[in-house]
Amino acid sequence: MQTISSLLPLFVVLIPFIGSIIIYFSKKSENVRETWTFLVAALNLVLLLKMAQWILAGNVYTFHIAEVLPGLPLFFKIDGFGMLFACVAGSLWIVTSLYSIGYMRPLKEHAQNRYFASFSLAISATMGVAFSGNILTMYLFYEILSLSTYPLVTHHQDAEARGGGRKYLTFLLSTSIGFALPAMIITYLNTGTLSFSNAGIFNQTTDPTLLIVLLLLFLFGFAKSGIMPFHVWLPGAMVAPTPVSALLHAVAVVKVGVFCVLRILTGVFGIELLSTTSLSTIVCVIASFTVIVSSLIALTQDNLKRRLAFSTVGQLSYIVLGAGIATTFGVVGSMTHIAMHAFGKITLFFCAGAIYVATGKKYISQMVGLGRQMPITMIAFLVGSMSIIGLPLTGGIISKWYMILGAMDAEKMWILVIYLISSLLNAAYFLPIVYNAFFCKDEDAQFPDKVKEAPLAALLPPVITAIGTGILFFYPELFLNFAKLAVGVN
Amino acid sequence: MIEQAPILIVVTPLLAALFITIIGLYRPLYSWVLTIITFVITSIFSFITLKKVIETGTIRYMLGNWPAPFGIEYVIDHLNALIVFMIAVVGLIVAIYSKHDVKKELGDKIPHFYSLFTLLVTGLLGITLTGDAFNLYVLLEISALTSYALLALSKGRAYIATFNYLIMGTIGACFYLLGVGYLLINTGSLNMTDIFVILSNNPTSYAVLVAFLFIMIGMWIKMALFPLHSWLPNAYTYAPTSTSCLLAPLMTKVSVYVMLRMMTSVFNYNYIFNVLGWQTIIVSLAVIAILAGSIFALRQDNLKKMLTYLIVAEIGYMVGGAWLGNANGFTGASYHIIADGFMTLCLFLAVGCIIYKIGDAQISSMKGIFTKMPITMIGFLVGAFSMIGVPPTCGFFSKWYLISGAYEAQAWPFMVALLISSLVNAILFFRIIEVGYFQAMPNEDPEAHPKQQKYNEAPISMLIPLLTTAAILIGIGLYTSEIVTYLIEPFMDNFL
Repeated sequence: MQTISSLLPLFVVLIPFIGSIIIYFSKKSENVRETWTFLVAALNLVLLLKMAQWILAGNVYTFHIAEVLPGLPLFFKIDGFGMLFACVAGSLWIVTSLYSIGYMRPLKEHAQNRYFASFSLAISATMGVAFSGNILTMYLFYEILSLSTYPLVTHHQDAEARGGGRKYLTFLLSTSIGFALPAMIITYLNTGTLSFSNAGIFNQTTDPTLLIVLLLLFLFGFAKSGIMPFHVWLPGAMVAPTPVSALLHAVAVVKVGVFCVLRILTGVFGIELLSTTSLSTIVCVIASFTVIVSSLIALTQDNLKRRLAFSTVGQLSYIVLGAGIATTFGVVGSMTHIAMHAFGKITLFFCAGAIYVATGKKYISQMVGLGRQMPITMIAFLVGSMSIIGLPLTGGIISKWYMILGAMDAEKMWILVIYLISSLLNAAYFLPIVYNAFFCKDEDAQFPDKVKEAPLAALLPPVITAIGTGILFFYPELFLNFAKLAVGVN
Repeated sequence: MIEQAPILIVVTPLLAALFITIIGLYRPLYSWVLTIITFVITSIFSFITLKKVIETGTIRYMLGNWPAPFGIEYVIDHLNALIVFMIAVVGLIVAIYSKHDVKKELGDKIPHFYSLFTLLVTGLLGITLTGDAFNLYVLLEISALTSYALLALSKGRAYIATFNYLIMGTIGACFYLLGVGYLLINTGSLNMTDIFVILSNNPTSYAVLVAFLFIMIGMWIKMALFPLHSWLPNAYTYAPTSTSCLLAPLMTKVSVYVMLRMMTSVFNYNYIFNVLGWQTIIVSLAVIAILAGSIFALRQDNLKKMLTYLIVAEIGYMVGGAWLGNANGFTGASYHIIADGFMTLCLFLAVGCIIYKIGDAQISSMKGIFTKMPITMIGFLVGAFSMIGVPPTCGFFSKWYLISGAYEAQAWPFMVALLISSLVNAILFFRIIEVGYFQAMPNEDPEAHPKQQKYNEAPISMLIPLLTTAAILIGIGLYTSEIVTYLIEPFMDNFL
């Protein structure tokens, strides 16, 4: 293993940032602006892939930004886990940009410059979080992400958006300032460092009560991970345009939340400390509660996007649960699940948006027989659902498999039961939608038996991500290897 | 020339103040130009001094070459060199900024304004530099008297508010003077270093305790520590824009510095914390100040008045930090003097731009202001984020040190108050952002907002100072490590 100091990570963070400024000021033509978006996204992906090669060869990138506090620098350190997350976000950004065009233009949304610029800025912050080498850097980009996504969440600028935006910032800022910030400071004062390390940074002598308090502060402090009761912002933020929900609330924002929590669990506490103390059980109980309750709430939602939102809440806690088991397999599974869930959930959001663009329907009860009009979209929806449920031929099963192995390793059989119930619940809230779309009686169908899909730019992205979900079943190594590298198994 | 830099910092504006009035009679614009030139020179001298202090350590400058303790001595250590530099830079920024605003608000009083303005800054610079307790009182009065005049240049309610301030300010100064009197009786000296040595050798008496208490009360009135704050909000709210931009960042912060100076270079730091043991009470006072300031700020509909209550809360930060009695707390308090100075400046400059264009500072008048004044709002946002404590702005780092100090001293109420205050700041500023961002936008019912907001920015001479200050906020944040290592830590080595 080699540690290379390189400017590449800085470029990956700066390019979308500079891109957002260019995009904001390209007021002349929509096409020029979108060209910039794609150029920036593509350039970013190329750099990411270049970095990925090095990472897979077992190396680690670092970049020292500035020493802002004495002995406490802002710096990037990219290992397998960070790379995994950056690759997921970077690759799905391109697809979402395509989708944004297909969604925003037919609906004639206002202020598209601001929209695309904020999007790019959010990606920049996401990359920053993925690359962070210590909690301080992570916290910095975490806050930038909260603020830069506010204009996206409130894009419609009406009363509903204001309410959603208010909830969004209230929950995210109050938890990060109220919980994560003091936790970070207390950690620093007790350990003298904030840098992530697989062995954890606490030593044996740290007071166990303090550890429990810190664990809770960190878990709830990064409220983007949607752990109950601080999940309220997530369904509220569904007032955003669908591409925003898709990228930010299935990929970037919420995944930044779980990424931070996972980093804290594996890099600050360390798997060993978690598994040898009661901390692991605490994480598992909190996460399990969220998994089950949010799935039950999802069952009752008629608004498709809200159902997806609650499904997301559940799946996020799934990821936290995987890490909470605190075994190598569990952590590998939970890291991989970030990628698997991202591809599955973004497909579902794309489909929800495509349905809205083509038919104007938002509610599940109005989607009976939809498969006759939009068969391709609904098949993509099926694939996405299968991945979330964890059925074969989709990527979701791979990560779930690892998490179950992890639970068995830790001899926590009750977690297996949680996984089982949750999968059944996932099936219960997704499959009826698909079933009704295709197999309803003729007299119940609310749509003509004539294929009329959404415009190509809105149809293609769900198809691409659905295919991606399938590919991940056959080649899970794409992301699995990163996770294994991060944990240190082969 | 370089050796004389410490005194030139004060003498330059003092002499310039005379010429500013005279030249202003010929043409008012010239007094503006001369003020700027004065502050450029002062800033250069203070920068030279700062650099020299970092290189060689504390400088002692004897006025008229009379040896201390007989003559007046200027003592420039790491901390006050930094604060002097801040005062000079703030003076320069506000001077540039004031051009249009003064013309609009004060009309024919322009030369008087700039003369008083320069004198006020002279007083503040002197207070920070001097090593003589009585000289400090004189300079305190210079800055206070000029500030009364500056505040009263406005109209209407400003007179009553200024009168209120005058009474309170005078009481504060009296307390300080009485305290110094007690010290003189006890030690026979007015030189701070001298008093420090004498007090360290002698066992402490009740007279010294009373002296300390009086000086502290005097300073708490001057810095508007809750519940002695009542003069501040009205005085600053009804003042002319440029006056409040100058007073809000500097006056209270300099008083905080005097408190730190008294605690560390006149009285013995160990005596205060180990013998007196008031820290629990005073940190509790700070907690109340923070909470009260935040709550009062929440109740305001006027943006400028809201900011004045935030000053009250921020004073609680600094007093609390200084009285935690540990290195992190003290670092937080002294760093926050700089950070809060520029934060307050940034917000007041932004509000000044808004008042200049809109006419008042009512939050309800700010509908659609992001479309109307985007550049002003960028500056405002940076200031707001710093108040909330979003990294990498400097507000985050002062909070970092203060919370660290609170944790080490196990002052849980103070820690919680700091966090609550950050959250309240978030609410306060996002309320304004919401009003500015949401209302009067095209997809809301257009009939409800017949006046569509158009781009209508403040003049460039107001925007550049604003954006510079915003950049400084981020700059200070990124250079926290250097500020703490090269300036605050060497200062703390003197007494900790």
